[in-house]
Amino acid sequence: MAAVEETLQQIRSVTNERYKYGFVTDIEQETAPKGLDESTIAFISAKKEEPAWLLDWRLKAFRRWQEMPEPNWAKVSFPPIDYQDAYYYAAPKQKVAPNSLDEVDPELLRTYEKLGIPLDEQKVLAGVVAVDAVFDSVSVATTFKAKLAEAGVIFCSISEAVREHPDLVRKYLGSVVPTSDNYFAALNSAVFTDGSFVYVPPGVRCPMELSTYFRINAQNTGQFERTLIIADAGSYVSYLEGCTAPQRDENQLHAAVVELVALDDAEIKYSTVQNWYPGDENGVGGIYNFVTKRAACRGRNSKVSWTQVETGSAITWKYPSCILQGENSVGEFYSVAITNNRQQADTGTKMIHIGRNTRSRIISKGISAGRSDNTYRGLVRMLPGADNARNFTQCDSLLIGDQCGAHTVPYIESRTPTGQVEHEATTSKVSEDQLFYCRQRGIDEEEALALIVNGFCREVLQVLPMEFAVEAQKLVGISLEGSVG
Amino acid sequence: MATNATMTVEEPAAIAAGRAAFRADGPGGAAAARLRQQGLDRFTALGLPTRRTEAWRYTDLRDVARTAWTLAPAAVDPAQAAPWLADTDADRRLVLVNGRFRPDLSTPDLPGVTATPLDGLLADGDGAAAAVLDEALTSGERPFLALNTAFLDGGLVVRLAPGATVGRLEIVCLTLPGGDAPAMSHPRLIIEAGDGADATLVERHVGPAGPILTTPVLQITVGAGARLGHYKLQREGGETSHLATVLVQVARDAVYDGFMLSTGGAVARTEVAAVLTGRGGECRLSGTYLGRGRQVLDTTTVVRHAVPDCRSRQVIKGVLDDQARGVFQGRIEVARDAQRTDGYQMNRALLLSPQAEIDSKPELEIFADDVKCSHGATAGELDAEALFYLRSRGLDAERARALLIEAFVVEVLDEIADDAVRQHFTEIVTDWLAADRADHGATAERGAA
Repeated sequence: MAAVEETLQQIRSVTNERYKYGFVTDIEQETAPKGLDESTIAFISAKKEEPAWLLDWRLKAFRRWQEMPEPNWAKVSFPPIDYQDAYYYAAPKQKVAPNSLDEVDPELLRTYEKLGIPLDEQKVLAGVVAVDAVFDSVSVATTFKAKLAEAGVIFCSISEAVREHPDLVRKYLGSVVPTSDNYFAALNSAVFTDGSFVYVPPGVRCPMELSTYFRINAQNTGQFERTLIIADAGSYVSYLEGCTAPQRDENQLHAAVVELVALDDAEIKYSTVQNWYPGDENGVGGIYNFVTKRAACRGRNSKVSWTQVETGSAITWKYPSCILQGENSVGEFYSVAITNNRQQADTGTKMIHIGRNTRSRIISKGISAGRSDNTYRGLVRMLPGADNARNFTQCDSLLIGDQCGAHTVPYIESRTPTGQVEHEATTSKVSEDQLFYCRQRGIDEEEALALIVNGFCREVLQVLPMEFAVEAQKLVGISLEGSVG
Repeated sequence: MATNATMTVEEPAAIAAGRAAFRADGPGGAAAARLRQQGLDRFTALGLPTRRTEAWRYTDLRDVARTAWTLAPAAVDPAQAAPWLADTDADRRLVLVNGRFRPDLSTPDLPGVTATPLDGLLADGDGAAAAVLDEALTSGERPFLALNTAFLDGGLVVRLAPGATVGRLEIVCLTLPGGDAPAMSHPRLIIEAGDGADATLVERHVGPAGPILTTPVLQITVGAGARLGHYKLQREGGETSHLATVLVQVARDAVYDGFMLSTGGAVARTEVAAVLTGRGGECRLSGTYLGRGRQVLDTTTVVRHAVPDCRSRQVIKGVLDDQARGVFQGRIEVARDAQRTDGYQMNRALLLSPQAEIDSKPELEIFADDVKCSHGATAGELDAEALFYLRSRGLDAERARALLIEAFVVEVLDEIADDAVRQHFTEIVTDWLAADRADHGATAERGAA
């Protein structure tokens, strides 16, 4: 019963707490001129003091992007985006690059404090999580770098990695998600500004959880971060990603690319709690979250596990995937996607089985409420040669209210007889019996609903790292507020 | 843009030949001429699907596109058709040859059944028949339905009298080319089961080897409280491209019980779109496909629950040997307010060879909250443990394998409500499996090893 009591407490603690991250930090900004052309890209590249090869790479991506049509196959609808009506670079103004946290603008530190992200190492419980804080287009601080360096782990912003570790960046950047992969990946490759870079050397188990906290603050900007994580042979790393944005009536674009590379016997655990501003109950404002995330399991026995809790964004378009190339490699995808009001989510995963004895597991829980639409879209592909590959997929959808939609679109392609694919999906509503039972025990309807939904998501929530699991459970309750009665 | 460069390639031979063969006038008078022209316009607008077309991503029609098809002759000597009718019940059949209804080969005056040539109805100004064809043409993007309309020739309207218990009725669609040239036929059927009618329809597609394109279109309405069993058997020749469309409407408290057995053709696709339009309706769409060689067997279905309190059920199983490819695309749609819907769908495929392929896309699209919908899909080879179990009981590898394959397919035949049809279909399945086994006899151990 303890777990139930805990959940209830969390729900009480968040009553009347809607989108508490909707504030704006008033800080002096430096931006690129509005609009997007080759000079914008040259500006970004110059700001970042990038080598020539990277500018070329960006320009190539940009030219490719201009030729590509915007994808329209997802079950989402939105007015056309004017790519010229946005700033592609926005950074808090600072005189000199800060060498330590003491030199970072106190206003920024206060922002992260308010978001519950401690950047002051002393205040953190004995080194639990190292944080890279990305504010609009730049990384403002990365904590515990020295401690991680002792273990040989490189954890820094991608801009810094380009300067300090060019060989690694050049070797892996775009090797999992090529610049021409899709419309938004091409756009990101052209204009990405910051993001995190992680390299875990052979045989090292990263001594703490790594985390990046993405914050969109400036108006009329898009955020285009790029994350690259490389787990060398026999290493392990757990990485957490969090995101919030101010409450605004306009839509803002977030088009990120995340690339993971796991070599022999390496394991990457990637967890996301996505809580971008979802727009109001009439669908005004909110973030367009168009993200490409992909992992390459390149080595024998490599393993990548994606866990995501998607509660925010006006529109989500996101398919964290695994290319299971190495023999015996494993891919996992655990997802909870909650949509309420007018939110639209089209999310799922792709598992591409190439190597022998590769295994994948997909657990997806979609919850739709209000007038929202929630789609699971996934692909499981077994190529010839993926002998004895196995996949298990379970997609469950829950509908709350009669004005929302829940959709399941799995693609299953098998070209190997020894491969085994199993897919099952269900759609149902919150059972009246369960609700009645809770109400009879004195729990009000909204709390009862949060309780039942938390139970529905349990399989996913329990694989989240502890810090995130608590936050995610709260979010489930908040996201569904106002969806009953 | 770059994509345009690849799209302005030379016009496929099929399109050029089709345009040459097209004539708006013909049987059916002005109404038919108008429909044919609209069919051609629609087909031209949609174009031949490629694998970039989402609905056709798994079925490759390049062979169809590069063939210069000619129309199969309208008149065929009954003696030529006779051998293909040997398997059918002469006392209960309606026959179409190259899309034309053939009263001379059909059973006259079946009780409760009115069989009328479609062109006759159109020529007589039957507005209802024209409206049914118009509705089909504008519903959805179906290039081969449009092509069928462009070459509307004879066609057949079958009306089952309200309340009549009709029993079993066979509909035979036969394509017989006049010579060696690739030939196409475009059979069109409208089947209307009156309120409270009860009938079992067996739809057979047969034809010789040699290149044939056939685009049968069936429009079926099941009246209130009626029950219609519809069992389709596709056993055409090895070079046939069978691209069928079945549109079904199920009224209040009616039951549509559909089953498809597909073993023939080079490329065979049956696209079924069923709509439950009245409360208490039930739609069953099951089937099995058996593929070998380089066959592509495609089952594409959409079951739409437009109103509350309906049930649908689908069980599709396939066996694929050699380089055969199976495709299953199935969608359950639940409209806003279609509360208390019960939808179930299961697709299972057995791959017998390392080159075989199954592509499956089971979809749910749900806009009502009080529903119970589920789907499942599996693909793989025979269960090694089941195989081991049988071998531990003294069966040799070949027999154990044969037994398990048979058990896998025959199970789905239980979905067929009509005993005689089930028995007939079971024989076809077991014969196919025996023939496949005989061909691969020497290598029967390959999967079991």
